[in-house]
Amino acid sequence: MADPATASLPVGAAYIRREPVPARPPPLLVSGPLAWLRRNFFASVPDTLLTILGAVILYWIIPPIVDFLLLDATWTGADREACLATPERPEVGACWPFVRDRFAYFIYGSYPIPERWRVDAFFALLAAGIFWMLWLDAPARGLGAVYFFIVLPIVSVFLLSGAPSLGLAKVDTALWGGLMVTVVVATVGIVVSLPIGIALALGRRSKMPLVRLLCVIFIEFVRGVPLITVLFMASVMLPLFVPETYSPDKLVRALVGVALFSSAYMAEVVRAGLQAIPRGQYEAATALALGYWRGMGLVILPQALRITIPNIVNSYIALFKDTTLVFVVGIFDFLRAIEVARIDPKWATPVTSTTGYAFAAIFYFVVCYAMSRYATGVERRLAAGARRGVV
Amino acid sequence: MKRAVTTFVLAAMVGLGAAVGASVASAQTLNTVKTRGILNCGSNGTLAGFGLPDAQGNWTGLDADFCRALAAAIFDDPNKVKFVPLTAKDRFTALQSGDVDVLSRNTTWTASRDSSLGLNFGAVTYYDGQGFMVRKALKLNSALELNDAAICVQQGTTTELNLADYFRANKMKLKTVTFASANEALRAYDTGRCDAYTTDASALYAERMRLAKSDDHIVLPEIISKEPLGPAVRQGDDQWFDIVRWTHYAMLTAEELSITKANVDEQLKSTFPDVKRLLGTEGNYGEQFGLTKDWAYRIIKHVGNYAEVFEKNVGQGSPMKIDRGANALWTTKGGLQYAPPIR
Repeated sequence: MADPATASLPVGAAYIRREPVPARPPPLLVSGPLAWLRRNFFASVPDTLLTILGAVILYWIIPPIVDFLLLDATWTGADREACLATPERPEVGACWPFVRDRFAYFIYGSYPIPERWRVDAFFALLAAGIFWMLWLDAPARGLGAVYFFIVLPIVSVFLLSGAPSLGLAKVDTALWGGLMVTVVVATVGIVVSLPIGIALALGRRSKMPLVRLLCVIFIEFVRGVPLITVLFMASVMLPLFVPETYSPDKLVRALVGVALFSSAYMAEVVRAGLQAIPRGQYEAATALALGYWRGMGLVILPQALRITIPNIVNSYIALFKDTTLVFVVGIFDFLRAIEVARIDPKWATPVTSTTGYAFAAIFYFVVCYAMSRYATGVERRLAAGARRGVV
Repeated sequence: MKRAVTTFVLAAMVGLGAAVGASVASAQTLNTVKTRGILNCGSNGTLAGFGLPDAQGNWTGLDADFCRALAAAIFDDPNKVKFVPLTAKDRFTALQSGDVDVLSRNTTWTASRDSSLGLNFGAVTYYDGQGFMVRKALKLNSALELNDAAICVQQGTTTELNLADYFRANKMKLKTVTFASANEALRAYDTGRCDAYTTDASALYAERMRLAKSDDHIVLPEIISKEPLGPAVRQGDDQWFDIVRWTHYAMLTAEELSITKANVDEQLKSTFPDVKRLLGTEGNYGEQFGLTKDWAYRIIKHVGNYAEVFEKNVGQGSPMKIDRGANALWTTKGGLQYAPPIR
């Protein structure tokens, strides 16, 4: 009885409680799973109706997808016979052996089989470079940038198209295909469009009329035509203008088209960021005796790029999916490789096309979702810095 | 900079003029190909049996093998071919601009393509035509019994026009159900929206395999349009045109003389004059084309005769199992394939 609160009470004051009343559990409708359900799904009549509608739609969509992709799917087999409906098996789902059989083609296209290790090496080098650049705490990131923007492109060109002097046989780009083309086109577009886009955005806000005019013309012209037109012009019209011997490679034409196109969009994204920076920041940079380039590089661009990260990633995701358009100029990218494979009579069944497209959808979703998650992570990190006032 | 722009614009106008005038005559295609060391072959890439890469990425098909035969005749190596996949839209520009040396992409030989597009069609490697597929259960024997039947067809194609012509000519009532893509049209037919599905006969066989129960469907015997498919070259280079044309004829002649990939070495010893002339053991017919004496031997040795190529790609040796039909030899089976004599 060392408790001072009770010790001071007069003896016999038995009506005073010595312990607090144990708290009763909250009513079921305020906390617990039922309450959670009620709060999130059935809070009001419209909410309830929407919940029911959503559930019905999910019920319509999810079971058939699961049935097709997993439960009814064929997992093994050597040719179309495995994926045909039989009286014992009336419902046939996805034909996965088709994807397995053609998997190498989806990745490498017609790249010669003995040389395919070069593509693997390219993928490995690229993955290392991307990891180095994206991992914000990685050691020697400056060196990583040099590797990614200078060493990697040069090595990749030699690796993929060949260097006879180094003992790597030449592989014509007509043989490239599948995932490697998609990765090459997307990477070139992504890597090239940011610097050119920044340059164009700065040019458009420049005080020099000629520079501004040229940038505006370029941006507006490229934004005014669809990508498919740019690619088509590059592939069909260009060879008519220049003699055969000087005519650039078909893939190079497409790469230049995609890079210029994405640069114009990137320029507008960056410009939006530049305009969002308060005038005071520019003045502060000038007051610190920073010239135009250092002011831009040290004060304005770091802030502008940070606020445009969601838009930049948005452009990248759009660009990644736009790479499928290179098929119009006869380049077999990942999606086109699947389209070609589904025509093969060896695998001609009613489900082959659907399987191929489902596989493509899963692939594009995984890649684009990964990009979007990474961007969210970076944003959160940068936002944390801003909250602490450490900018 | 300004000068560069002016030059570019001028070049553009010249280029456009050339495209419209369509007479980009480069008389030295054979020399260009020999110097380059590889044949650029415009091909489809998305048509089963004619031009389609297989699981290893090797090009297969009748059109692809034709280019291999051409490369074999020139280089004695069927692999010296660069296949350039072309869409239906850009195929002619690619040929006119010199991007490809020969267009072997299931292209129908028509008067306008031969004249105003500035092309020359070397030969007909496959006689195609539009056909009909129906359900066996309907017990139809002829397309003439299709009066008032619902027919699935792809929109905006010559197929649709041919169909209308055929029905009008035979005074039948036409009920078409059109779709934007061949895939949708086929699916609609499969689900019972239509009684018949129509497209080129060669494609019908491949498409039939996509149906839920392919054995329940038959292809009717009538062919309602003429679609002679063959390799095309630019106008203005007769030597190259001859080489392309006679490559096909050499393969036909080999079939006629029963010379195959397997027995061609044996046949070199033959004393039969036709065989000797074909294989170059007598005369110098190959040299007159700018090739070598053994040009036809190379084709047969590396690629095979027409029958072998046909059966492997679209005939009994392929999943499509198309009959020779019109593509049989005239000399033996009364088909349309006929090679002028080599002498």
